[in-house]
Amino acid sequence: MSPALTTSEDALDDGALAGSPAVRISHVHKSFGRAGAATHVLDDITLDVAPGEFVTLLGASGCGKSTLLNLVAGLDKPSSGTIEVPGGRPSLMFQEHALFPWLTAGKNIELALRLNGVPRPERRAEAERLLELVRLGGSYGKRVHELSGGMRQRVAMARALAQGSSVLLMDEPFAALDAITRDVLHDEITRIWAAQKLTVLFVTHNVREAVRLAQRVVLLSSRPGRVAREWQIDLPQPRRIESAGVADLSIEITEELRGEIRRHGKH
Amino acid sequence: MASTDTAPSVHEAQVPDSASVEAGLDALEAVQTQGTPLSEVLRTKALPPLIALLLVLALWQGAFALELTSSYKLPSPGMVWSSLVDLWQAGTLFSIVWTSVWRGVAGFLAAVAIGTPIGLLVARVKPVRTAVGPILAGLQSLPSVAWVPAAVIWLGINNSMMYAVILLGAVPSVANGLVSGIDQVPPLFLRAGRTLGATGLANARHILLPGALPGYLAGLKQGWAFSWRSLMAAELVAASPDLGLGLGRYLENQRESADMSGVLLGIILILIVGMAIDLLLFAPIERRVLRNRGLLTTNR
Repeated sequence: MSPALTTSEDALDDGALAGSPAVRISHVHKSFGRAGAATHVLDDITLDVAPGEFVTLLGASGCGKSTLLNLVAGLDKPSSGTIEVPGGRPSLMFQEHALFPWLTAGKNIELALRLNGVPRPERRAEAERLLELVRLGGSYGKRVHELSGGMRQRVAMARALAQGSSVLLMDEPFAALDAITRDVLHDEITRIWAAQKLTVLFVTHNVREAVRLAQRVVLLSSRPGRVAREWQIDLPQPRRIESAGVADLSIEITEELRGEIRRHGKH
Repeated sequence: MASTDTAPSVHEAQVPDSASVEAGLDALEAVQTQGTPLSEVLRTKALPPLIALLLVLALWQGAFALELTSSYKLPSPGMVWSSLVDLWQAGTLFSIVWTSVWRGVAGFLAAVAIGTPIGLLVARVKPVRTAVGPILAGLQSLPSVAWVPAAVIWLGINNSMMYAVILLGAVPSVANGLVSGIDQVPPLFLRAGRTLGATGLANARHILLPGALPGYLAGLKQGWAFSWRSLMAAELVAASPDLGLGLGRYLENQRESADMSGVLLGIILILIVGMAIDLLLFAPIERRVLRNRGLLTTNR
């Protein structure tokens, strides 16, 4: 936790936080370009995610939320500060499914298992089990282009789980889907998160989605990205995105987000 | 985690509803693919080129019948046919075609073996790319027949000289195909590969090369075309009894004996071999690769 910025007392009372965090981001800065003309993207981000916690990172464009996720995934290095993921390389899901079109759904998962060191005889059964988990049993031999958008993201989810990490990073994974499919996938990720005891760091610009899914919503300001505020979401799961509780909190958070965006209009 | 302890039981209650909606969505949105019946394939794919071929033959026969020029310059399709029958009866048809096809295929395979590592190096090593890339691209526009005089002086009139000309013609195409194939691998796949832990050799094997396959195949196809062209140029120019009689040499021999039907037959045979390799070897592989990736939209 970054004590100075936490608005909810509950977060500090959570028993799970007593152990070491699953993701520890401390004083991370990130800028692109040469010194002098550098763009400052992330400014002193400090954030801990507890094991088994579901956190959404919320922010307008330019807040560097995807950059932060790339840093946690190890695809890029922070300019200063440290990021620790004690459980090893986390899994990452993108807005695009990023499934390899030259492999079937099942083989995509098996490639992740193989690169994760799972021995060959076990791969097939494990891939089938993961497909079953995302309710796509029987789709093992399907080509990527034969699957609908929602099915592709579920295969991508299964492939991410095949990496064997308990930390799952999600970069707006449902942004390109239609509302009905997205709704169903919200149910899916909530179910799988609980069943697999995952730690999820989920990036989105959709306030309702953030509230629907998370135990904790972290709002980032834009240019440079800073942790602006946090909310602990105590609404019981399963939630519905159209429920009054989600809507009320969404209004509050949207106001805050708008305030953050408005600051950039002033000179 | 306090909240997840109670969560699973609540979710269990919710499962049937969400699961059934999901099953419905999957059924509604799954992409239907179906094969095209053979009769349809024949009608749409085989018929038009057949008609075009018949039309060309008809025009040719018409021009001959109208005696636009002497039959010494323009023999009829029938005369070319009887040249073919002569070759067949003399028993040399197969050996002529085979001499050239064997040279062409062997040269092409050598070009693949040499061009592929060059392509990988150029695509992945920045300084190599800066140094060699432009030359490699430029070489593609150099007609390989230009190499023949040089190759004759270096190597003499023999098979090595033939292979040298084929390689000089085809290696740049193969290498360039691989380079552009690798360049066209979407960055997202590379990121996804890195997230999955594919680095170094594993990255090349599981992500880079399969991702580059369509571009590489296009390069191979062009490489074959260049091999075949270079070989015919070399065979036309270089005459030696040690070389054996290939298609290019046959063509030149018929010209020397002023046998226009034989010349036309030679041209047609060269065309047929080039097309046959393309249609029977490359086209099916390419179709398969593209169809697997959903890049072939024949059913729309």
